[in-house]
Amino acid sequence: MSESDKKPTRRDFILTATTAAGAVGVGAAVWPLVDQMNPDASVKALASTEVDISGVQPGQAITVLWRGKPVFIKRRTSEEIERARNVDLKELKHPEKDEDRAQNPEWLVTLGICTHLGCVPLTNKGDYEGGWFCPCHGSHYDESGRIRSGPAPTNLEVPQYTFVDSNTIKIG
Amino acid sequence: MSAHEYTPKSKFGKWFNDRLPLLTLANHLTDYPTPKNLNYWWTFGGILTFCLITQIITGLVLAMHYVAHADLAFASVEHIMRDVNYGWLIRYVHANGASMFFLAVYIHIFRALYYGSYKSPREIIWIIGMLIYFLMMATAFLGYVLPWGQMSFWGATVITNLFSAIPLIGESITHWLWGGYSVDNPTLTRFFSLHYLFPFLILGLVILHIWALHVPGNNNPIGIDIKKPSNDTVPFHPYIVIKDLFALLIFLIVFAFFVFYSPNILGHSDNYIEANPLVTPAHIVPEWYLLPFYAILRSVPDKLLGVIAMFAAIFVLVILPWLDTSKVRSAVFRPIYKQFYWFLVADVLILGYMGAMPAEGIYLLVARIATAYYFIHFLIILPLLSKRERTLDVPLSITEPVLGGMPNQAMARDDAPKLKSLG
Repeated sequence: MSESDKKPTRRDFILTATTAAGAVGVGAAVWPLVDQMNPDASVKALASTEVDISGVQPGQAITVLWRGKPVFIKRRTSEEIERARNVDLKELKHPEKDEDRAQNPEWLVTLGICTHLGCVPLTNKGDYEGGWFCPCHGSHYDESGRIRSGPAPTNLEVPQYTFVDSNTIKIG
Repeated sequence: MSAHEYTPKSKFGKWFNDRLPLLTLANHLTDYPTPKNLNYWWTFGGILTFCLITQIITGLVLAMHYVAHADLAFASVEHIMRDVNYGWLIRYVHANGASMFFLAVYIHIFRALYYGSYKSPREIIWIIGMLIYFLMMATAFLGYVLPWGQMSFWGATVITNLFSAIPLIGESITHWLWGGYSVDNPTLTRFFSLHYLFPFLILGLVILHIWALHVPGNNNPIGIDIKKPSNDTVPFHPYIVIKDLFALLIFLIVFAFFVFYSPNILGHSDNYIEANPLVTPAHIVPEWYLLPFYAILRSVPDKLLGVIAMFAAIFVLVILPWLDTSKVRSAVFRPIYKQFYWFLVADVLILGYMGAMPAEGIYLLVARIATAYYFIHFLIILPLLSKRERTLDVPLSITEPVLGGMPNQAMARDDAPKLKSLG
């Protein structure tokens, strides 16, 4: 007994190899059961949406649905753009320049999902004029969708989007 | 298991019992020696078993009429309420039954806290109990999503987003939980599947909970170890069975009051509006039984830390047997612990109230103080008390203070009416 404790035998090798092969087999069998819960092909197929923005007035924001989530498209006034661009980045919890958030300064496109726990913030509400306020847990966002106060950790997310022409935005 | 051997009287019984000792088990359960001073706070175990069985039966029946699909779920619940024979009754019993279940489990947990039932040698009973409690919260949350009303949808959104607080992998986990990029039909169907599964897991854990209980036997109001069977015990049947049934009857009056006279008072009217992913209700609140944890979540201004604090509030209960190491179990003989116990009860009630209020101004401040006190109670006060508190003398047996010659007779006399009024 004491000898076998020290020296691995062929039996030990077989045991280890069998256990390892068994673990790989179990893992391979479990993975489909885990992965079936991930977004499926039909969900992924709805990945992009085109939006007509010709009717949106300056200062107005519309909410559209993309991948089952709301997206805010806001046409900003010149004062709002100026305010958003002149904010001292040191004041921000999640410092991002407005230039990096809006491709075209007149149009701000962000997900309408509070980065705290996923509620839909209210447009043109809260402590920052032209910004958003989340009624669930009290996060305030500014006119660039940046978090200014409250529990949310980051700015409203900017999705991938492109201007197809001057009246159409393609999100996704 | 009881020490004495049991032999069935009939020949068939003996034949059967030799092959599968079910009759021995039944005999153990009826003869099971129980401390004779158990008060009415001890009847909630039986009441909880009743609640679980009620939820399973009504749930099975509701599943025969409910349709788990984002386009049909809301209408199918209304169909149950309006068209299905007695559907309104079954659904109201199921919905209010969840609240009654939590009411009973909170009393059951606070009874254990008062009488030190979580202490050695009952730590495993306590930990299994906490697992049951955690699964109950998960099951209740999943079930609340199924009617696909506004509160269902946004409650599901907020709770699943808790996982997005996890660094790096948080977002992938939420997408995995949702089966998409937001709460939608795939989320609803899996929630239905899991809501069906969890009660049976709870049932399994309840069996382990009772098994673990039957190894050391019941704790009792004076929290001492007793000899079993002895002068200090009575057989479970008929003594405890009758007492449990009487308590259940009283409990059912409260239950029936909610079902028949105010079936929606514990719910939220927003859940009678069908789910709309574009509009968040102005004021999202969870069901009342989750409010204290919700208050803890909101009182921390950082997302990840808030989520950690909320889960820590449950975890701190799991490790309680190692935080409170006082050898004396019952608060009856722990004059200082007894006071802090009632502070904790008040603290949890305050947290519950703050969880229902908007998270701003004075409410937020009070919620923060109450959150801090909750953790201070478990992490600082209890370990210190375990070492410093001067406990009172504990009687040697349950009968001793009654028959005289006990070291602390005045104590037993003074506490007797108090115990009775608790019951």
